[in-house]
Amino acid sequence: MFAYIEKIKEISNRLLKESTVDLIIGFRKGTVPMMNEPCFAKTPEAVDGLVWDSNCGINLANYLANRKEKIGIVSKGCDSRNIVTHIIENKIKRDQVVIIGVPCKGMIDRHKIEAMFDTEIEAVTEADGRLNIKGDGVDTAIDKKDVLQQNCTICTHRNPVIYDELAADLVEEQTDVDKYEDIRRIEDMTPEEKWEYFEDLLSTCIRCYACRNACPLCYCPTCFVDESQPQWVGKSQNPTDIRTFHFLRAYHCAGRCTDCGACERACPMGIKVRILTKKLEKDCLELFDWESGLTLEKRPPLDTYRPDDPDDFIK
Amino acid sequence: MGIEPGRLHFSWISSAESVKFVDVVKETVEAVKALGPNNNFIKTTAKVA
Repeated sequence: MFAYIEKIKEISNRLLKESTVDLIIGFRKGTVPMMNEPCFAKTPEAVDGLVWDSNCGINLANYLANRKEKIGIVSKGCDSRNIVTHIIENKIKRDQVVIIGVPCKGMIDRHKIEAMFDTEIEAVTEADGRLNIKGDGVDTAIDKKDVLQQNCTICTHRNPVIYDELAADLVEEQTDVDKYEDIRRIEDMTPEEKWEYFEDLLSTCIRCYACRNACPLCYCPTCFVDESQPQWVGKSQNPTDIRTFHFLRAYHCAGRCTDCGACERACPMGIKVRILTKKLEKDCLELFDWESGLTLEKRPPLDTYRPDDPDDFIK
Repeated sequence: MGIEPGRLHFSWISSAESVKFVDVVKETVEAVKALGPNNNFIKTTAKVA
């Protein structure tokens, strides 16, 4: 981890000193444990605050949309796929970004760690795949692989798909992972069971929109839930309104979502919102052989028409 | 999301295909009637004013 940080700092320093970029977007330590926050460094001095560890789950591509300056951005596998998506969707130009690729070994899920202890966690340090957890009356070590974010455990694109600089050697990609076990289980349910499942899944939602704000794909100037003329969705805590918000948001991400997990990470209630986007990701893979954000050469399935597009649902 | 397969219907009908339109609508109405009413989306909270 330390080598990663030094290399990120060195690259960032160089890019800023040579004026290749106007700012670097990276991570700095957050004010609470396990919550690193985005850092916008505009001077070589500010680069000193940059960090890299297993708490960098936020998707930094979120801060790129519509920016005009030249930007160096620290980017793990999923961030890089979202940068590709941004370039395809004309949210940023390729020559505007210098991508500092960071091969990623998975981010830790603070919800999981918080659930393991009754007390507030004051510090989490890591070394060699082990996490040291400290809190009031707690001083224990756990394996990092047991508390990874669920999307990281099934990730098959840990290395950045595009990059200009690299902060470390590429890591081995995971093969042999069953990405869609949970989705298949829901697909096999009867309509009534599905209704109950989603009712339960979304029952704790407080409509804070943290999932939307953390999502790099959600860059609409006015989100459909904020629109008041016309008002597409009720703003209440009503289950129908909550459901409409979550399902529509997921559909807006169809063929674009990279399963970076930023939404789920941001959720204060621990709702597994990725269940919705993952189903669409699975459909895109099965129907259009499409994984989002892997290449600048191909247009996404939802903005192209092919005569052999599946149309079995039209009777 | 828990909507029965027969409740939703997609068709491609040209404006010249009136007979097909009638057939499809009849079929759809029958299919939905057979499933009965779907009350899932009715909002139960009281309206203000």
